Amino acid sequence: MRWANDKKPKPKKLSRRAFIMLGMQVGLMGLLGFRMRQLGVEQTKQFRLLAEENRINLQLVPPARGLIYDRLGNIVASNTPLYRIQIVREQAINPMQVLRKLADIIPISEDEIAQVLDNMAKRRPWVPVTVTENLDWAQVAAVAANAPSLPGISPIVGAYRNYPKPEEFCHIVGYVGPVSDYDLSKIEDDDPLLHIPRFQIGKNGVEARAEHDLRGKAEIKRIEVNAVGRVMREIDSKAGEPGKNLQLTVDAELQRAALERIRDESAGVVLMDVHSGDILALASAPTFDPNKFVTGISVADWKNLNENEYRPLANKTVSGTYPPGSTFKMVVALAALEAGVIDANEQVRCTGSVELFGSKFHCWRRGGHGQVSLVRSLRESCDVYFYEIAQRVGIERISEMARKLGLGIRHDLPLPAIRKGLAPTKEWKRTVKGADWVIGDTLNAGIGQGFTLASPLQLAIMAARIATGTAIGPRLINTVGEDLMPVKGNTPLDINPEHLALVRRGMFEVVNGARGTARGSKITTKGMEMAGKTGTSQVRRITKKERASGVIRNKDLPWNRRDHALFVAFAPFDNPKYAIAVIVEHGGGGSKAAAPIARDIMLAALEKDDTGYGKLPSQKRRTGDPDEQTPQTPLKPRDRA
Amino acid sequence: MSSYDRQMEDLPTGFGKILAYHWALTLLIISASSIGFLMLFSVADGDISRWAQPQMIRFALGLTLMTIMAFIPIHIFRNLSFFVYLFALVLLVIVEIAGDASKGSQRWIDLGFMRLQPSELMKIALVMVLALYYSWLDRDRVSKPLWLLPPLILTLMPMALVLRQPDLGTAVLLFAGAVVVMFVAGVSWWYFATGASAAAGLVFAVFYSKGQSWQLLKDYQYKRIATFLDPSNDPLGAGYHITQSKIALGSGGLSGRGFMQGTQGRLNFLPEKHTDFIFTTLAEEFGFVGGATLLLIYLLIVVFCVASAVSNTNRFGALVTLGVSATFFFYFAVNMSMVMGMAPVVGVPLPLVSYGGSAMLVLLAGFGLVQSAHIHRPR
Repeated sequence: MRWANDKKPKPKKLSRRAFIMLGMQVGLMGLLGFRMRQLGVEQTKQFRLLAEENRINLQLVPPARGLIYDRLGNIVASNTPLYRIQIVREQAINPMQVLRKLADIIPISEDEIAQVLDNMAKRRPWVPVTVTENLDWAQVAAVAANAPSLPGISPIVGAYRNYPKPEEFCHIVGYVGPVSDYDLSKIEDDDPLLHIPRFQIGKNGVEARAEHDLRGKAEIKRIEVNAVGRVMREIDSKAGEPGKNLQLTVDAELQRAALERIRDESAGVVLMDVHSGDILALASAPTFDPNKFVTGISVADWKNLNENEYRPLANKTVSGTYPPGSTFKMVVALAALEAGVIDANEQVRCTGSVELFGSKFHCWRRGGHGQVSLVRSLRESCDVYFYEIAQRVGIERISEMARKLGLGIRHDLPLPAIRKGLAPTKEWKRTVKGADWVIGDTLNAGIGQGFTLASPLQLAIMAARIATGTAIGPRLINTVGEDLMPVKGNTPLDINPEHLALVRRGMFEVVNGARGTARGSKITTKGMEMAGKTGTSQVRRITKKERASGVIRNKDLPWNRRDHALFVAFAPFDNPKYAIAVIVEHGGGGSKAAAPIARDIMLAALEKDDTGYGKLPSQKRRTGDPDEQTPQTPLKPRDRA
Repeated sequence: MSSYDRQMEDLPTGFGKILAYHWALTLLIISASSIGFLMLFSVADGDISRWAQPQMIRFALGLTLMTIMAFIPIHIFRNLSFFVYLFALVLLVIVEIAGDASKGSQRWIDLGFMRLQPSELMKIALVMVLALYYSWLDRDRVSKPLWLLPPLILTLMPMALVLRQPDLGTAVLLFAGAVVVMFVAGVSWWYFATGASAAAGLVFAVFYSKGQSWQLLKDYQYKRIATFLDPSNDPLGAGYHITQSKIALGSGGLSGRGFMQGTQGRLNFLPEKHTDFIFTTLAEEFGFVGGATLLLIYLLIVVFCVASAVSNTNRFGALVTLGVSATFFFYFAVNMSMVMGMAPVVGVPLPLVSYGGSAMLVLLAGFGLVQSAHIHRPR
């Protein structure tokens, strides 16, 4: 062995190259150190945050939605437990075998087993997969009893919204449905619950308008997850809050009675307590089944509801506005009395019509009423009398009085689509219609026709205000959680009590007088006498030609061209308790179609003699047991929005 | 007395060898490995048996191997160099034919008790064979083109095989190791300058070939390069590794989040947390201080090797020492650059720290050569 080249080593050259190399290496290491410092020291805050974001997931435990009760304490919107069975693959070890065993206990088809196995194969092994839903308690109990032999199987309790009195409360309570993109775009709400897929929110009625109170607050769990999303541990949790329970002012029994009475009509009834403003019945017919919306309404059902000309989905009591017809005459009378343009004894001569500026305005009674005083004009609903006094008082003062009595203004109730109606003014006509107010408009307004529009709710409020002389406002919700909702507007109206008494007298005569238009709907029980006013509002123009040949009778007209029948009333006359407004769409004359309905409902209320609110079960402050609170629904997401 | 005998006389024997043993280097190696054990313990979430313990056993084996090799005279290794190289080359051919398909590339031979990675062995074998060549070659011929051919062939053969696996990281490391040996052996600057220009041309060709029928790299390698250039392009896909790695490094701060307190590694956000990306856990849990400490240990190892080499007049010993230390350097430089987002993710372990048998054993064997060269250096 020779070390030929080692004999004359040139260590210097080797060292020089070695040092050059070392220099490069040290330089690179310096660069690495610099980079390390740059990442690790200078940007720590930012990277720490990123690391936290990585590892922490927020898990929301939905709160139990608040329950809704009626006046009597009946539950009208509840959370029904819903059982489902889920399986976790990694716990089941042999899912096939476990599912077969499960199939011996509860009915599961082969297809379902195949579906579940397929679903499991697609997901990570610790992700729970739903096996079956909509089980009853007995089935769940059987599964639970066999739990030791069913590894990976767990029963889950969710809840879905249920409406035990669907007919009575469909228009009031409304319904819930899965939150949609449309909802999200519409509402300004950063509640993370809304981002849970198919989270149920109120879509209509009180459910929608009191959503905030009913929903509650989610329990927020901070969960540490690993890179593939497996939950490692719970870091902490922020307690949630169940939704608040609501109690409505509506009495389910009276509501039922009202609905029974208008069952076959397209009609609306509002019954309210004149002192508290409590709405005891708010019935709109026809009705629909809100439970169908919760479970996802079928296309056929939806089509039926939508194409029905009686419009079951509309809440006619607040969303329907109608020319108030003769029920508006109290407003005109009060406006005239307050303005001093008439007095109680003033007589107007009715010849059946009056000619003004080339137009002829007719009284409903072709022959005319002869000499008419205020009380008589109300009792017999003389149109010519009101043409005369409307002219005298003018539209501005009429509409001012209308607003004072609750017409043409918005009443705030937790219901959707509350219409404001219309108490027209000259200014309104100029800006909206682009035309000047003409005297004919005032005459039409004098008998509640023309531009004037009011909802049954407004008419009931008007009756209540006339009855009490206060500015009472409606009240639909009695309590939210523990909080009592205040009574609104029980302050005296700025109207001379004598004038009110005179108008009330007229209304008394309408029902109780021998020639009153609603004499057929008199309450004969002593101390319960009703005072009211009929109304018949035209939905079509009666031509000169038709008038000459005789006005076509309602029953000879197609349904949707017949007159609306209206009736407003309060009772008892001496000591008013309740006010009522009834509208029967295209029902014909108010005295025949609306007054008897009002009488029956009023009588039911008076005989029942409201004993106040039923006691509610105290609201348990449940904290987050996810099994109990997760409103898991088996619904197909089906949004109409 | 032949020169051989004369040289042998100068060499330490018996107890002298133990004194001449490079204790400082050994201590540094043990320190680096101990950091590795700690980190393997941590990323296993406190489970010692998962990675730390097997690693300790391998390290003990490797350390024994290094010590035994240290006391074997360096000329014996010189004589074995060519056979070691041939052996490694044959193994590379075998993995090419029968290798286990792991992660889409063939890198392992399953020996039953461990998986042997011939490309790791080749890193040392190539250094040895090149050192042999240049210790044999007359100084005056070092820069002659013809005499440059054999080392190029010796380098390119294993490189081609490794690239076929495909294992870009190892190929780069092989090449870098070879270049260093040739550089310190005194090959003219001009070749390196020419080579660098050619490399630039090759890079151009590589990118130009993408999508062409003669595409030079596999798609996933292009993707890695693209990701490297801009990881934010694909934060959940291709850029995920680097992004998560940087988050871990960055969140460590100056002194770290504490031993076993790192969330990135423990919760599996870091890919290959116990192998290629273990440095990120170190930086996350011990911060800049921890990372810099390891870098300092590495620096000292390299410095000690270079110091040993420049004082060694045995050309083979010096070349092997420099080659091994350069290979070692490239390991951690590439690995750290990679996890810090300065180089593409190529799959190079952190030497002495990452979990893995082949790399650890081969590196310690390499240091065995360094120790042998150090002990048996002519005085």
